[in-house]
Amino acid sequence: MSAVTAHSARRAAGSAGNHLLLYTLALLTVAPFLWMVLTSFKDLQEIFSYPPTWWPERFTTDNYTDAFAAAPFGRFYFNSLFVAVVVTLGQLVTCSMAAYAFARMQFRGRDVLFYLFLGTMMVPAHVTMIPSFMILHWLGLIDSYGALILPGLASAFGTFLLRQFFLTLPKELEEAAFIDGCGRFRVLWQIILPLARPALATLAVFTFMGVFNDFLWALIVVNSQELYTVQLGLAIFRDRYSTEWGPLMAGSVAATLPILILFFVAQKHFIQGIALSGLKD
Amino acid sequence: MAGVLTGEGQRVSRAAADVVRAEAAAVPVPPAVRRAPGRREGLTAFLFLSPTLLVFGVFVVFPILFSFYLSFQQWNLFADDHAFVGLANYGAVFSDPEFWQVFWNTTVYTVATVPLNMVLALGVAVLLERRVRGKRLLRAAFFTPVVVSSVAAGVIWRWVFDPNLGLANVALTAVGLPAVDWTANAAAAMAALIIVGVWKTFGINMVLFAAGLSAIPSHYYEAAAIDGARSWSQFRHITLPLLAPTTLFVLVLSMIGSFQVFDVVFVLTRGGPLGATKVLVYYLYEHAFKFFDMGYASAVAYLLFAVLFVLTLVQVRAFRNRGAVAV
Repeated sequence: MSAVTAHSARRAAGSAGNHLLLYTLALLTVAPFLWMVLTSFKDLQEIFSYPPTWWPERFTTDNYTDAFAAAPFGRFYFNSLFVAVVVTLGQLVTCSMAAYAFARMQFRGRDVLFYLFLGTMMVPAHVTMIPSFMILHWLGLIDSYGALILPGLASAFGTFLLRQFFLTLPKELEEAAFIDGCGRFRVLWQIILPLARPALATLAVFTFMGVFNDFLWALIVVNSQELYTVQLGLAIFRDRYSTEWGPLMAGSVAATLPILILFFVAQKHFIQGIALSGLKD
Repeated sequence: MAGVLTGEGQRVSRAAADVVRAEAAAVPVPPAVRRAPGRREGLTAFLFLSPTLLVFGVFVVFPILFSFYLSFQQWNLFADDHAFVGLANYGAVFSDPEFWQVFWNTTVYTVATVPLNMVLALGVAVLLERRVRGKRLLRAAFFTPVVVSSVAAGVIWRWVFDPNLGLANVALTAVGLPAVDWTANAAAAMAALIIVGVWKTFGINMVLFAAGLSAIPSHYYEAAAIDGARSWSQFRHITLPLLAPTTLFVLVLSMIGSFQVFDVVFVLTRGGPLGATKVLVYYLYEHAFKFFDMGYASAVAYLLFAVLFVLTLVQVRAFRNRGAVAV
């Protein structure tokens, strides 16, 4: 065997090993999800049979009807989606306005304010959580949509993300608009935001995911079942039906599905959001 | 809530500072352009910032200060009385054996999770840099646990770790190993928590490492290959040193994240068996929202903050002293 073929044979073997390793790891990573979905379509007898079956032998949707009958998951869904959509829209508005001010306007103390703003991200959420709860308690807002929504209506991360994006846009477009007599607000609305769609999408996806998946805050500020989010509902459901794996897996499918769909539709934005935060390091 | 995105937020703060510094130095703004919209810029800026300032003032800035004040108060939210107690809350925290127990548990979790997480994330990122079929699909698979909720993840893994019928024990017995009682055995419960912790978050670090790797110029590798350097030695002498800033970033953020673990614990183990997996934030949660002892809980929150702050400083210094990063 010549040196060249030995080299390429080693490369081919290396590549095959590489693929085998990556695909095995990927399969192990998603195995719990597959197991969740498969379990959710098995009947009770099959779930408790040993050794376990992989594919459901008797396909059933009873677990879903049971889960939705035992707890108002439809209502939980509405609450989660409502809160996530309102917070996401709110953040798009507040963050883009603040980001535009930080990116383009000249005012005294701008940089100091911006640094302070970024500095607050160093503080763990658990430090602000206790007084935020007390404020909402004093305002009589505990156990209301307001408690779930209000604290999320601004974001240092979102403001920072959009500011960085706005800084990359050429100023000439705005200058032409100013000469035509446009004010700051119209320029932001009609020129900047349409150009910033990718950044807005990244922020929207991140915020939606964060709010939809949030658990601790909902656990703290919500008491009535009518206000439970999906995550809170699932956690309570897990306590009550601790070994009813069929309905529990059906509930887990319900709690993960919207985000999984969003992830597969907008994968780029999820990964970009993470990468953006590290890239400039 | 204000903290929903804090994880991501913390991820960007240092990068932000660098960017801001670079910009301040590099891009002088022509004065004519600067004043384009007229004199009332201060007022306009204030109007644009006001929604954010209002929400931040009420739910971030005030709470940060108030929490510090609270930590020196005896303050029960529903008993409606409070008094200045000096350092008594901190003293009580330090003399509570349970605090040291949860601090130890959190430390064990962090010390185990962070390195495993980073090695796995870097390994996968390096393998994905090569010529691989289905790269997008693979990356999506590794990233999926990041996007699903911790509550659902906890429920799914409880089923996987079910002592009788769970997939974990089925797999162990299939290869001839003894089944493990993941719920009653303290060490096994902690191991389960660590496995879930690594599984849930290594995708984030994979993406961060991938971004760092793609920034290393390929001619370094080409030059090394001409000199006859094998892949391991390339990795050791090119990849690792040039990746150091990313590694520091990932290390600090993973540690901050691990130290604040809560959701998965709540669903997977409830801190059990007998407090073996009870973590710092769980302890804080109980004192604040079960006993409503806001002063005591604020002291715990500030101690958590202090620990994270010191650990971050130590790591940044360690990297700087080895000359790896210009921070």
